[in-house]
Amino acid sequence: MTAPVMTADALERHYQVGGGFLRKTQTLKAVAGLDFELHPGKTLAVVGESGCGKSTLARMVTMIEEPTAGSLTLDGKQVRPEDWADLRQHVQIVFQDPYGSLNPRQQIGTILQEPLVINRKDMSKKEREEKAREMLRLVGLRPEHYDRYPHMFSGGQRQRIAVARALMLDPKVLVLDEPVSALDLSIQSAILNLLVDLQEKMQLAYLFISHDLSVVRHVADDVIVMYLGRAVEKGPKEEVFENPRHPYTAALLSATPRADPEGGKERIKLQGELPSPLAIPEGCPFAPRCWKVQDRCRTERPMLQGTPHPAACYFPVDE
Amino acid sequence: MSLLRIRNLSVDFATASGKFRAVDSVDQDVDTGEILAIVGESGSGKSVSMLALMGLLPWTATVTADELTFDGHDLLKMDKRARRKIVGNDLAMIFQEPMSSLNPCFPVGWQIKESLRFHLGLNRAERHKRAIELFEQVGIPDPEKRLSVFPHQMSGGMNQRVMIAMAIACKPKLLIADEPTTALDVTIQAQILDLLTSLREETGMGLVLITHDMGVVAETAERVSVQYAGQKIEEQQVLPLFRKPHHPYTSALLDALPERATEKRLPTIPGVVPGQFDRPAGCLFSPRCKFANDKCRAENPPPLGEDLGKARCFYPLNTDERVAS
Repeated sequence: MTAPVMTADALERHYQVGGGFLRKTQTLKAVAGLDFELHPGKTLAVVGESGCGKSTLARMVTMIEEPTAGSLTLDGKQVRPEDWADLRQHVQIVFQDPYGSLNPRQQIGTILQEPLVINRKDMSKKEREEKAREMLRLVGLRPEHYDRYPHMFSGGQRQRIAVARALMLDPKVLVLDEPVSALDLSIQSAILNLLVDLQEKMQLAYLFISHDLSVVRHVADDVIVMYLGRAVEKGPKEEVFENPRHPYTAALLSATPRADPEGGKERIKLQGELPSPLAIPEGCPFAPRCWKVQDRCRTERPMLQGTPHPAACYFPVDE
Repeated sequence: MSLLRIRNLSVDFATASGKFRAVDSVDQDVDTGEILAIVGESGSGKSVSMLALMGLLPWTATVTADELTFDGHDLLKMDKRARRKIVGNDLAMIFQEPMSSLNPCFPVGWQIKESLRFHLGLNRAERHKRAIELFEQVGIPDPEKRLSVFPHQMSGGMNQRVMIAMAIACKPKLLIADEPTTALDVTIQAQILDLLTSLREETGMGLVLITHDMGVVAETAERVSVQYAGQKIEEQQVLPLFRKPHHPYTSALLDALPERATEKRLPTIPGVVPGQFDRPAGCLFSPRCKFANDKCRAENPPPLGEDLGKARCFYPLNTDERVAS
């Protein structure tokens, strides 16, 4: 396997919340200790429900926020806030909502050229324009779209523009934060195909953040399942989907509706809801909702371990 | 006779740039105790047709229909005051975003009791008792305490339960759920869908589920109606629809599902849903359809027979003749 383009080691991000007159501030651990590697041409998918820290992770990887602890390595170089300005051009992001992420007052050409204007100061105007037009073609838009405005495009086309903008600086890592969940089904498949094509062509490493397991099953190579800021299971896609070891993964998989009315299956019913991230239970964070819970789970926190792929559980599903 | 009967329903919106037809001659029946799913992409008119039924559309909308009857009442001839007695009582609706459909200024208990007072005329003690009952029924833990809580103090899943409790407060005969789980997480979505189907079993109400998620349809619905650009293009029982779709759009939509993919490239549907200005002359799907010919582009196909899923198509798929030839 090739060398990883990005490595994260025990990444953590805490927020101070609340506080005020005579009130203590509390620490919210949005991400608590996450390790992963991104390889060129491969997709790592992060799945989990709202509040599990997926988006905080995206913000750390794209260097919008500084990790509280742990380290991030890009191409063998330690990522430090001093170098952010230079390193950011290697890590780009595509956001969920293509309606909110494009400036409505800029033409598509201007939107695409902006990264170059800022980061490639020696490039001439003509070169920039050429590159923008080339990128437009690459994401499947027509040349006449170059001087139109975002409101003239449909959701799928806007998402293509957002992808094009992210690729203008030839990044190594592309963070995709729910890139298709705002799109209709018939458009979604076209965008997924585009992402697959671009990855093959440019050997991009994708960090694919999604809550839609059927999309993840389609695009991912490796999967991390997160629950309340921690990875509860990680491994190659086939293994995680075929043989989930952590009860939460199993429940998540069984709760995802499948478009097959004949495939009757037992649904694992989870009791209750996600606990507040301010009051994460001691021991295993999933213990209050787990059907296999025992006394040990409530007092000790399980580590990510075991074979064939690691899961943070004392009593994995398959045993 | 069916509980809800809609014949040739059309809704036009007056926009600054002219008339826009959001719903185009839709026929729909719903029987007591059945779960009908209406699927379609955004802009297919699935919500608008049900909002028209509820009388919740703004004044810019013009609703026309040959027939719009619910439980023996003719909703077309009825004045607003009389309709107000039915809506919220026998005919209830749940909306997509529980956070924005609840009033943030009042506790949730107050909001439930409002409909109990208005429609059933219960006194204070009876209302309180019934509200607690309802909260228990939809699975809200600690109901007594939760009655005095404001919407912002609860999670999305809990708020959606409150919405459901409110909708079923007066034991409706028909419940319309407009994307009830789209804003929720999958584990919570499973809980809410189970709740809706179990309520159907307990109370025998009809349930209309508006959604864009084929997975939700496959797991909950009994009958499915597929809408495209304002038209109903196909209607079948859930099993045959997934096995043998007749309309090319339904078939293409099912093929585009990532979970049905056999290789890394997914089959796609070229183009986009037609808007106000690029509405094609013939079949609405013809610009995107791979089977379309000149006839499709010139004439609007009428719905076919029951055996072909009432598909609006000249050349339906999965017919026996086609298999034979």
